[in-house]
Amino acid sequence: MSMAAADMNSLRSDLVRSFLRRKRFSLAVPGLILLYLTYIFFAFDVPGLVSRARPENAAILLGDFWSYKTHVTRDNRTGDVQAAIEGERKGEYPDGTMPDWVTTGEETAIALPHGAEVRYLADGSAALSIPEFGDLHVGLDGRQIVATLPDGTNVPDWMSLSRNRISINQNDWRFSMTPAKTETFRYQMGWELFFFTLDSQFHGRSAGELIALAFWEPRLEPDRSNISAMARDVWTNKMWRHGDVAWAMGETVLMAFLGTMGAGLIALPLAFFAASNFAPARWLRLSLRRVFDLLRGVDGLIWTVILSRAFGPGPLTGSLAILMTDTGTFGKTFSEALENIDDKQVEGIQSTGASAVQRMRFGVIPQVAPVILSQLLYYLESNTRSATVIGALVGGGIGLLLTQAIITQKDWEEVCYYMILTVITVMIMDNLSGWIRRRIIKG
Amino acid sequence: MSLAIHPATSEYLSLIRRKRLYGGILVALFAVLLASGFRVADDRNAGGFFEGFHRILDFPTEIFSEAATNWRNLPGLFVQFIPSLIETLNIAAVSTLFGALLASLLAFLSTRGLALWPRMIPVFRTSMDIMRAVPEIVIALVLIFLLGGGPVPAMIAIAFHTTGALGKLFSEAAENADIKPVEGLTSVGGNWMQRVWLGVFPQVAPNWSSYALLRFEINIRASAILGFVGSGGIGYDLKTALQWGQGKYDQVVAIFTLLLITISIVDHFSDRARARLVKGGNSA
Repeated sequence: MSMAAADMNSLRSDLVRSFLRRKRFSLAVPGLILLYLTYIFFAFDVPGLVSRARPENAAILLGDFWSYKTHVTRDNRTGDVQAAIEGERKGEYPDGTMPDWVTTGEETAIALPHGAEVRYLADGSAALSIPEFGDLHVGLDGRQIVATLPDGTNVPDWMSLSRNRISINQNDWRFSMTPAKTETFRYQMGWELFFFTLDSQFHGRSAGELIALAFWEPRLEPDRSNISAMARDVWTNKMWRHGDVAWAMGETVLMAFLGTMGAGLIALPLAFFAASNFAPARWLRLSLRRVFDLLRGVDGLIWTVILSRAFGPGPLTGSLAILMTDTGTFGKTFSEALENIDDKQVEGIQSTGASAVQRMRFGVIPQVAPVILSQLLYYLESNTRSATVIGALVGGGIGLLLTQAIITQKDWEEVCYYMILTVITVMIMDNLSGWIRRRIIKG
Repeated sequence: MSLAIHPATSEYLSLIRRKRLYGGILVALFAVLLASGFRVADDRNAGGFFEGFHRILDFPTEIFSEAATNWRNLPGLFVQFIPSLIETLNIAAVSTLFGALLASLLAFLSTRGLALWPRMIPVFRTSMDIMRAVPEIVIALVLIFLLGGGPVPAMIAIAFHTTGALGKLFSEAAENADIKPVEGLTSVGGNWMQRVWLGVFPQVAPNWSSYALLRFEINIRASAILGFVGSGGIGYDLKTALQWGQGKYDQVVAIFTLLLITISIVDHFSDRARARLVKGGNSA
């Protein structure tokens, strides 16, 4: 009896101790994490980051992702008025044409949102009418800006005025005047010129008109059907460069495809020599294993650096970098798959008098093929994503276009476009490889 | 007549022939795709494959011979680069930590039978798919524009991607968890937090930790690459050393070696820890 009671007691104290230990453990882990994060807070200089952050950039970025601006510019020396989307040469309106909210003639009248209006007067000055503020006249006296504000107003905080520059910032438009030029920007939502640039005959037509043109209206160009002219105009769009973007996206997928499949082709035969049940010699198996470890261990970053020196920038270098790392990974996983095969099937085939090649073909390959194929497909998908980053390093594919667009810090709508394209492509590859894998595994 | 092939046999043989034909066509198609893909990649590359092939070893030889002549610098360089190496590791660790926390939340919200709002499951799934698909480099570069340089943009970028990647794996693991403890907790009036924390989390913890460790390995590499493209850490040092070119190759070698050693050590220990975690999970 006392023995049992003592047992109970020791069991009880064991349990209490084990609970205490668990309690301490479950308190210690969050505590350690908190401590680590405190260290990181200072190591990453988060307080300094708050002061360095530029939240105004976020507004620019978000606005630019989904909007564009049209510049209406007058050269104050010649008096010429020109409209251009994003102020870029390739977005210029052809001579004599203007957006429909600009009327030209003796003076240029620019209608702006919320009832505001800017008029470039014939004498080189400009008249602005701004609701809830009043009428404003800006003129040039020699090389000096002279602004006449409405009676009883001071310079508001959205206006800056100096001897040789005036600028007015409203939410959806801006105006500025210097001795050299007078400029009005109007911001609008959307991706302008996404399909057709201004020099295309198809620009500014509605979807219905385009469909009609494509299928039954007479040809606009005698030697080309409308639909092929449309395709050409979209493909060669100078603002959005759809052709180049499609090539870049293709290059990215190609890098992933060549890298993954090339690695698979190299790793498969090597895997036989690295699998313990097939390897002809122990030293060969062990040294191959080390080679695989080395290929995997050397980071993709290092491979890109080394390979760029030999092959220069481009998609081939990227696919070779993927190939290098993945040969190591596949060598390891394939040889493990080979080691795990069922010998009975091979013996059964041997018993019918099959040769070594036939044993491989009918005994081994059918067992490992699903594993190998599903590995290949899985990596093909994940490499499509890596190829974007590798593309940025080796200068190829969509990664290059992305980094270039981000570095200019103004073409955010292009960044947005490339991002959406990349995400869609990766998701397609993801679904495709998942679908094929499910079919293979089901048989 | 008795020698005639049985109709079933001939049918079988024709079936086999057709299967072989299809297989052959598929293999031929694959070979054509691979070969033409290689041609295209080769054409669009600055240097060709065959001109470059014999030069693969030139650069390693160059840097290693320079490092060999200046071998006395190497120990000092190792010490010099340790802080940036630690930064790279920290970026990987913090992003894995945050990514795993967010991923577990998303995983619980998007697992059938556990979700707080079952109707929202597709929304959470899709958002995880998108998070997985956005390349880290894009987020990192955009954040550099917003936040300035430093390790934080890289950390957020990797954490974002990690959330998506781990979220999928986590929710697959949670879907396979035994639902009985959850039902037991529901029957005694446990709320959602209690059901998840006491009923499911203990079941999935080993698997989840194993996935998170694997992700940590991947994130170290990602953090090094992101450093090269923009933010801090050892990748940035590598870029500066490479841009300098000759004369700083001993630094390049030192960084290569540090990276290689770190990655091998982390891989080794995480391999062992994962083997223990998954085994322990099964035997318990």
